[in-house]
Amino acid sequence: MKFEKKQANTKQEIPTASMPDIIFMLLFFFMVTTTLRDTTLLVKFVLPKAEAIEKIDKKRFVSYIFVGQDERIQIDDAIVDLPKIEKIMAERRIKIPQLIVSLRVDRDQKMGIITDIQQKLRNADALRVNYSAKPKEKQL
Amino acid sequence: MALMKKRKRETPEIPSASMADIAFLLLIFFMVTTTIDVDTGIGLVLPPPVDPNSPPPPPIKQRNVLRILVNSAGQVLVNDEESSIPMIREIVKKHTTNNGADERFAESSDKALLSVKVDRQTSYDIFMKVYDEINMGYLELRKSYARQTFGSPYEKLSDAQKKATDEKFKKKISFAEPEQSGK
Repeated sequence: MKFEKKQANTKQEIPTASMPDIIFMLLFFFMVTTTLRDTTLLVKFVLPKAEAIEKIDKKRFVSYIFVGQDERIQIDDAIVDLPKIEKIMAERRIKIPQLIVSLRVDRDQKMGIITDIQQKLRNADALRVNYSAKPKEKQL
Repeated sequence: MALMKKRKRETPEIPSASMADIAFLLLIFFMVTTTIDVDTGIGLVLPPPVDPNSPPPPPIKQRNVLRILVNSAGQVLVNDEESSIPMIREIVKKHTTNNGADERFAESSDKALLSVKVDRQTSYDIFMKVYDEINMGYLELRKSYARQTFGSPYEKLSDAQKKATDEKFKKKISFAEPEQSGK
């Protein structure tokens, strides 16, 4: 009799069969929403802060130009020199007509180099530019 | 004997108890390694390259152009008067909404132009501050216009209304080629 009773209530635990499904759902959510950084940064920079900023939601149109503290220019995974920008960006402009060039420039750089880059972009017909900046902290 | 055989058939199944742990581990790995970094910045559309053979642009009345000059030390000259970076926002707003009242500023908002000139030695940070102030000036104008005309905040306007607002206070900024400062 005792033995039988013990067998009767075996299901006394929380059903964990659906647990992996729930976790996998969360996992897929995170995998889809997050984007891994696809370029390794070779230059160091600190972005300036600004107030009138807008988000770029069309990430696939964006091409980055990094300018570091040591004035080196990086596009994708390589350091390039100034005259090459024109050719690279002209090629990209043909592939992506809605190209946006995001300039991620160190805040202590001089405007001279930025103007030089902009001249190259104008020649390459890549006219949509975005000055990357971090949002300013709200003043208390 | 028959009973024992039946029991043996039940056992071979993959243990799924640790499945949740594996999934958790992956989940935590992704949560830790990935960064949701939203790209933020200030947009600008560059002018197309100038064709040297093209006819010169039509002359613009001096009063319609607000000339902003920034030197390498971050000092600002607006229409040949000394100014400072935080003041630019108000000056831009005054210039654009002047409607011919003050003869130093523009005749109307659609004729208002800005001309920004920076030195080659000016730091990017200072330039961004100036450019941010100009953009904030326009943004504030658009916001108040949206509230007055459509009775709703700028962020909640429909696409057509937003376009009309942006068109009303269109950013017309010309960036002069920076000059090499005499040291």
